[in-house]
This record gives sequence, structure tokens and C-alpha cells, in this order.
Amino acid sequence: MIPITLTVNGQLREGSVEGRVTLADFLRERLGLTGTHLGCEHGVCGACTVLLDGEPARSCLVLAVQAQDKEVTTVEGLSGSEPLSALQRAMRDNFSFQCGFCTPGFLIQAWALLKENPRPTEEEVRHALSGNLCRCTGYQSIVAGVLAASTRAPLESQQEGSL
Amino acid sequence: MGEQAPARPGRYSPGLPRLVPGTYAAVVLKLPPFVYLAPASLEEALSLHADHEDESRVLAGGQSLIPLLALRLARPEYLVDLSRIGELEGISEEDGAVCIGAMTSELALEHSHLIAERLPLLPQALSFIGHPAIRSRGTLGGSLAHGDPAAELPAVALVLGAQLVAESRDRGRRTIAARDFFLGPFTTALQGDEILTEIRIPWQAPGTGSCFHEVARRLGDFAMVGVAAVARVEQGMIRSCRVALTGVADRAVLRTDGELGLTGESAGSFDAAARRLAEELNPPADLHGSAPYRRHLVRTLVPRVLERACQAAAAGAIS
Repeated sequence: MIPITLTVNGQLREGSVEGRVTLADFLRERLGLTGTHLGCEHGVCGACTVLLDGEPARSCLVLAVQAQDKEVTTVEGLSGSEPLSALQRAMRDNFSFQCGFCTPGFLIQAWALLKENPRPTEEEVRHALSGNLCRCTGYQSIVAGVLAASTRAPLESQQEGSL
Repeated sequence: MGEQAPARPGRYSPGLPRLVPGTYAAVVLKLPPFVYLAPASLEEALSLHADHEDESRVLAGGQSLIPLLALRLARPEYLVDLSRIGELEGISEEDGAVCIGAMTSELALEHSHLIAERLPLLPQALSFIGHPAIRSRGTLGGSLAHGDPAAELPAVALVLGAQLVAESRDRGRRTIAARDFFLGPFTTALQGDEILTEIRIPWQAPGTGSCFHEVARRLGDFAMVGVAAVARVEQGMIRSCRVALTGVADRAVLRTDGELGLTGESAGSFDAAARRLAEELNPPADLHGSAPYRRHLVRTLVPRVLERACQAAAAGAIS
């Protein structure tokens, strides 16, 4: 077992894991942060995307031990002390999900996009979200939700600290 | 009343730990067991890798190796993680070449002004690799050492004439030309105790133009066929050119203007050369594309990419 220390959603967390435990499993099973979903578990579906030091990464393709000293943001960390962030509200208002399984990955990836490019075009949104699979909605409503968020209050106004 | 049925193994078996933080005993494990080693220096990494040679795999960004572990297609006894070795990351210039540490992420390459200026082909090719969440972790050295026959970066390394620096504890440093590096599917010239540490890519010279394009089923998928080209044009004639293809053989393939029969040809008549090349290749067939379809893509993409490279050369830009 290897001791690890990392920051998750602004909180310092510690644990002790076997080398082969993925970051996704550590978050879900050790820390109880089950908002991060596991679909394919080999890097194809994007459901498990989290922010690792601010950049989107597949948490199923990162070992928990590799997150040592890093900052992880999961979907639970997007809204800070609010019930929902502006991005989440915009996606809810646009019905950007049906079953909701893929939604955490989309939220994180869309969040990363809007941080870098607060006013993306539809094409840029589609490009950025191309690595996330949804089997229900046909993507239209997801893209609409992200575009709606981009025209509302900028992300900076909400819980910058939680990143 | 019969006995209670025995718990069936499976995802919802009551034997699995409950998802209550702090109270849980075991983790569901997907990857096979290995000894995780996280050396802090290259020297230490070379030593650990040499100690376990055949039983050890080097972990770079993990975007190919971790899926292989998850699918249990790889079962190394030791995993030597290079991610804590700062000296393996970075982009610098030396003697007309850009020197890239093997652990430099694809994202860092995409954002580098030096790369954009000196190696404009590279960011063009990077945009086709996976997705942002893959490129933030994936590394140049990892992709090259993995040697996937459908990957973009081996073709870029070939067409730009990259030099790959391999190091081992017992035999020191050696430099391998990209064209001697890729030996077959997932097979490279790296020896069991060697680690790829640096990639040196000569600047794209002023007066040359380059282009990368590929066709895949979906954005971010591996290419069915990808083509990289660099061309130098003088007075409308091809002075020299290089074309590298991915997805068409057991490794990335390089052809020069001589081999393509393009030396001294006018910049714009590439169809015949592309047809000859397509016939000469024996591309694989899989779920994504048949061999004849891949040949068709070679015939279509090679002229298109060469034309754009020549246009860029003629425009005086180096992109």
C-alpha cells in the first residue's frame, strides 16, 4: 500500500492505496464521491473525466498514486457552496441529459472549455465535447446547454475558489 | 422453503464493499497487480528499469498503457512511472533542432510558441489525437515508444526526420533516427532496459511547407489513414518532399520524393504518384475500413496533403 495525499474539491484528502487502483475508483470508493461515473473504464467514453490540476483528464486512465500532490476537481466540486453552478443550471434548463450517466463527464469537459474559451462557437463546443459519449440524447441538447451557459453569467462569477 | 440462493458473483453481489466513505474495506480492482515504482530521477528510473528489464514496463502518460492494463492485455510485474521526473519534460532549442523531453504532454506541445514557430506540422497533427482529456496526459515520448501503427506522432517523427534519444543504465545514451525506430506493430528499436528520454526534431526550414490530415470514423478516433507531408518548392517544381502515412501498414511508413517519383515534378500533379503508392501498400482491413477503402483514402489524401504543403511552401510560410 502506498500513502497518498491530494486535494479534492479544495479539501486535503489522504489515503493509502495499491498501485493499481485508478483515481476514479479512489474517488468513488475511498472518498465516496460517486458523482464521477465509470463507463468503459478504458478511456473511450469520457464519463469519468475530472479536472487534474485544472486540466480535464480521464480518471480511469490515471492511477490514484499519480494524483499525489495534485488538485482534483470532480463534478461535486463544480457548484461550490451553491446547489448548482451556472453551467449546471443551463444544462438542466436545456434538458441536457436523459439518464444522466454521462453528465458528470460532460459537465467537467464543458467547464474546462468555458474556462479557456468563455464564448465558444457551436463548432468549438462540439469539438471540445467530442471525447464524451452520450447514448440517450443525440448531443443536441447537451451542446445547447453549454452554449446557453456561455451566454449567461461568466464562470468566473461562481466559485472560482473551488477550482 | 428452500435454502437461500447463494450470492451470485457479479456487480451487485452483496459481497462487494458498500460505498460509504471511510468504512470500506476493499476496492474493486480492474488492473492486474504490479509493483508501482515512482523514481524521482532519470538515473533511478534507468536503474529500476534495468533491474527488472523483461518484467518491467515504463509508464509515461498512461493513455495507452493503462487501457492495456485495464483490458489485461499487458501484465507487467513492475511499472516504472516517469511522471515525477521533471528533467524529462520541457521544450528547448539546440543547433537548429527543437529538443523535446519525452514526458512533455501533447497539451504542452499544442500550447508551445516555439513549436508553433519551428515545427508547425506538429500542432496540426496533435489536433487529431484523441481529445483534450487525453492530450492533457498523453506524451510525445509515450506515443512514440508505444509504436501504435495507426498513431499520428510516429508519422510526424518520420516525416520531420526526428532523432530519438534512448538511455540505459549499462550502455548510456544513443540516438536512433526515426526511420530506424519503428520496427512493427507496438515494436520499436528500444531495448528492454532502455528508456526514450528526448526527441530532437530539426526545424522546418524556411521555404518548406507542411500539412497533416487524416480520415477517421469520428473525431479523435485512430485514423483509418493519416498523411503527413513536408515539401520544398522552387519555381513551381518540387525540389524535395517527404510523405509519411499512418494506419496503412504494421508501422508508420515514410516515402521521399525520389521514391514517389516526384523529384522535379510540377507542384500539383500528385495523382499518379498517389496511385502508385496506394498499389504498393498493403493496408490492413478492420471494422473501421477495408483494405480497398484505405487504398482509396491514400489516393485521395496524399495529393490533397501534398498540395496544401506545396501551397504553404509557395506562400513562403513554413506552415
